[in-house]
Amino acid sequence: MGAVQGQGYIGQALGVADVLAVSYFHAMRYEANDPRWEDRDRFLLSIGHYAIALYAALIEAGILPEDELETYGTDGSRLPMSGMAAYTPGMEITGGSLGHGLGIGVGMALGLKRKASDARVFTLLSDGELGEGATWEAALSAAHHRLDNLIGVVDFNNQQADGPSTEMLSAEPVADKWAAFGWHVQRVDGNDIAALVNAFDAARQHPGERPRVIVCDTRMCKGVPFLETREVTHFVRVAPEEWDKALEALDAGRPQS
Amino acid sequence: MSAPGKKRLTTSAMIASIAEDGQETTAAPFGHALVALARERPEIVGLSADLSKYTDLHVFAQAMPDRFYQMGMAEQVLIGAAAGLAREGFQPFATTYAVFASRRAYDFMAMDIAEESLNVKIVCALPGLTTGYGPSHQATDDLAIFRAMPNLTIVDPCDAVDIEQAVPAIADHKGPVYMRLLRGQVPRVLHRYDYRFELGKAALLRDGADVLFVSTGLMTMRVLAAAERMAAEGIADAGVLHVPTIKPLDTDTILAALAKSGRLVVTAENHSIVGGLGEAVAGAALRGGVGPAGFRMIGLPDAFLDAGALPTLHDRYGLSVDAVVAQVKGWL
Repeated sequence: MGAVQGQGYIGQALGVADVLAVSYFHAMRYEANDPRWEDRDRFLLSIGHYAIALYAALIEAGILPEDELETYGTDGSRLPMSGMAAYTPGMEITGGSLGHGLGIGVGMALGLKRKASDARVFTLLSDGELGEGATWEAALSAAHHRLDNLIGVVDFNNQQADGPSTEMLSAEPVADKWAAFGWHVQRVDGNDIAALVNAFDAARQHPGERPRVIVCDTRMCKGVPFLETREVTHFVRVAPEEWDKALEALDAGRPQS
Repeated sequence: MSAPGKKRLTTSAMIASIAEDGQETTAAPFGHALVALARERPEIVGLSADLSKYTDLHVFAQAMPDRFYQMGMAEQVLIGAAAGLAREGFQPFATTYAVFASRRAYDFMAMDIAEESLNVKIVCALPGLTTGYGPSHQATDDLAIFRAMPNLTIVDPCDAVDIEQAVPAIADHKGPVYMRLLRGQVPRVLHRYDYRFELGKAALLRDGADVLFVSTGLMTMRVLAAAERMAAEGIADAGVLHVPTIKPLDTDTILAALAKSGRLVVTAENHSIVGGLGEAVAGAALRGGVGPAGFRMIGLPDAFLDAGALPTLHDRYGLSVDAVVAQVKGWL
C-alpha cells in the first residue's frame, strides 16, 4: 500500500502491526464474512491515519480482499488514507480528528451494556492523542460508568508530527495517569507478541468493574532496520528502490513456522 | 409588555422567562413530550452534560431513570457517547446549552455524528438571546455555525405547541437534528392558528398585503403580536410566515410567499443577522430570481451582547414587540 503512494504512515503501521496482530488473531471475536455481526467485538481506530495498518489486518482477517490493497489512497478506493466508516467494511468509526475514538467507545460500551451484550469495545489511540482533552473526558466517563467492556490500547511510539511526543506535550507518567483516572492499567513492550498476548488476556479477564487500558511501547518502522533509524518517521518517505529492501527485511524477520 | 403596576425584572439572571405577563404557558413541554414518545419507543435514551434541569430533560430522567445518562460537565464526550449509543441502535436525545454544543463540541458534532448521519437529536437550551448572562451563555451564533454542517437538520421552534409537535417529528427523521429549545414555562401561542409542525415546512400563519414577516423561533410569537398591533393601529397589514426548520429550508414555500408583489419582506430571528434565517432567505431569493419590494432583517447585531435583564435586552437589541413595530414603522 505504501509503495502505491511512495510514502505514508508506514512507520506507525509497522510499529503497531504486532498490536493489531494480537487484537485480530488472539483477543477479538468477529465473523470475517459479516463485519456488522451483532456479537462482534468492536475495534475503533481513533487514529485514522493508521488506516494503512488496519487495512492490512482486515485483509489478513479475511474481512477485505487482498487484491484491493493496491487501490490504497487512490481515487474511488474503499481504502482512503485516513480511515472512514462509510468507506471500508470493518472500519467502525471515522477517526482522524484525534481525540474522538475513546468518547465514541464510551457510548458504544454503554450501548452494549444496555443490550446485555458481552461484546467488547477496543479503541486504538496514540500517545499523541493523550494531548487531546477529549481523551481525558472520555477516560473520566468510562471509569464513572464502570465500563469494564471497554479496552483502550495506546500506541506509545513517542513520535508526533513535530517530534517526540514526550517533548511536545508529555503524558508521562502515563500509566499513573490512567490509574488515577480509575482504569486497570498495563504497560508492555508493544513489539513483544508474548507480552501483548498476556496483556490482552489480563485486560479481558480482569474481574473489576473498570475500563482497561494497555499502553504499548512500540518502535516506529519496526522490522525494517534502515527505516527504524531514519530521523523523520512520522510521515516516512521511502525511495522506490527501498520498498523491496524493506520487504526483504520484514521477511527475514518473520518467525520460523 | 408589563402589566400596569407590576415591576419589570431588571436583573441579569441566567434563567429568564421569555413569557410576557399574562401569556399562557406550558411547563417543560420538551421533557413531557419526550417522555410520552419514549413510552412507545424503547430505543430512545437521554443524555445531558450537567444541565438536565435546565433543558427540561430532568422530566425524562425522573420518569425513566434507567434510560438517562448523566455525562457530567463534559460536552465532547456527551456528543461522542451519543454517537456511540446511536451506533449501537439507540436514539439518543442529548441536551446542553446551545453555546456549548455549537462552540465547544462542534468537531464532535461534525465528525462523530453528522459525517455518519447518525440518528442523534441534539436539543439545546438558551438559544440566541434568551439569558441575561452575557456572551458566555448567549448562543447568538449557533445557527450560523450549524448551517454549514452537512447532513444536519436544524429546528428553531416558536413555542410549547411547536416543541410538543416537533419532538415526535424529529424522532421520526432518521438522521442528526439540532433543535433549539425554549425551556421552563414556555409560552403557548400557535394553537390559536391553523398550524401543525411539519419538519422541513414553513407555514403561513396570517396573510397581509403590506408586510410579510418571515420568522423563526420565538420571534414568530413576537411578530405575530406586532402584526396584530400594527393592524389595530392602522400601521400596516402584515402577514407571518413561520419557518421552524432552518435547514433544509422550505425554499418553495418561502419563494412563493416572497413573490407576492408589493410587500416589504422582514425576516425575524433570535440570532445574529450573520448567517441565520435572514441571510438564508436572502440567498434563496437571489438564487430563485425573486425580488420583493423591500427586504429587511430583524436579528441580533454582529456583536457580543450585553448582560442584563431579558426584557431590557430584547428592547435594546430589537427583539421585543415594541422594537419590532418601531423598526417596521421606520421602514415603511
